[in-house]
Amino acid sequence: MNKATKKILVDPLHVQNPITLQVLGICSALAVTTKVETALVMSAALTFVLVLSNVSISLLRNKIPGSVRIIAQLSIIASLVVVADQLLQAFLFDVAKEISVFVTLIITNCIVMGRAEAFAMQNPPGKSALDGLSNSLGYSWVLIAVGLFRELLGSGKILGYTVLESSTEGGWYVSNGLMVLSPSAFFLIGLIIWVQRALSPEMNEES
Amino acid sequence: MELVNLALKSIFVENMALAFFLGMCSFLAVSKKVETAMGLGLAVIFVLTITCPINNAVYIYLLKPGAMTWLGVEGADAVDLAFLGAIAYIGTIAAAVQIVEMTIDKYSPKLYSALGVFLPLIAVNCAILGASAFAVQREYTLAQSTVYGIGSGIGWWMAIVALAAIRERLKYSNVPPALRGLGITFIITGLMALGFQIFGGIQL
Repeated sequence: MNKATKKILVDPLHVQNPITLQVLGICSALAVTTKVETALVMSAALTFVLVLSNVSISLLRNKIPGSVRIIAQLSIIASLVVVADQLLQAFLFDVAKEISVFVTLIITNCIVMGRAEAFAMQNPPGKSALDGLSNSLGYSWVLIAVGLFRELLGSGKILGYTVLESSTEGGWYVSNGLMVLSPSAFFLIGLIIWVQRALSPEMNEES
Repeated sequence: MELVNLALKSIFVENMALAFFLGMCSFLAVSKKVETAMGLGLAVIFVLTITCPINNAVYIYLLKPGAMTWLGVEGADAVDLAFLGAIAYIGTIAAAVQIVEMTIDKYSPKLYSALGVFLPLIAVNCAILGASAFAVQREYTLAQSTVYGIGSGIGWWMAIVALAAIRERLKYSNVPPALRGLGITFIITGLMALGFQIFGGIQL
């Protein structure tokens, strides 16, 4: 594996993470992270859409005129999202019912459009597929980490299994109501950023 | 009076950024300076004002079950195109954004380069698709959806300008190096959002 390929694959996991460095795809990171399960399904759906949209936009990159590129990109993305939504409803109906709204919101997930603008419009399909895959992995690990903490501290469970027995069910753990509210996702992502940048100071911003 | 209430509600109680957390990506990334935040906020107000009523009209006259009755063709009243909603709305939004982008590029190249990739990204600003979807879901009339669009836009603009003003003052505070920039911004937004929860439950 040469250096450039490795850079495309590894950078988005840490030093170019879509959520914590490029600030893309925040809305869904806040909305679907109350539970680990929804975070997992959301990550899978995003990976599907992002890889395919990167490849198809990259294939069409020389055919799309600059003045209508936004509409062209969005129609590709929207069609892929409809396919993903239908697939989820066909094979994972129970989860799909719960997160169908958020899957539709992948259309407006800026990672997909951001990578299309910043990468797929300039690079060949193979590289774009890799870029899509690594960016969705970078997105997924942050989402799952936030979901893990919110579910564990908010309701004492992980993936629906009780880990800390909450006081409402006769246990000892007094669940933290703040973790169920959306602002807690901000605090958690803020802390993840802090840890990441303390580990690799080259990610720090000036000022 | 009812419209004034709706406007107040969409600006404060249901603030797009701080109560519903929509449009967060550009909210966090373009709030470094009050000036650029102002520019993006105004662009969002403009796009919302146009797209919210248009999308509502598209739903009422084209997509709603039985909406095609005005065609007068036999069987038209049985047509239900509601599943095309998302794609239709995003089409309107993308077209409006493209117009705004070309206008700003022509008249204010400085603002254009400051907004960078976040200008085309207004198209995927979930506040905009969200507002259209809410207007349709709540069965607003055309007048109501126009007011709702303007109100949500003003709320979002206000929130991003407030955050940008706080971030400008942050220059003078001693934040740990690794938390500077994005990290502390996330935490501030979380605190602002907690503050905005006081509006929750107010009935107008």
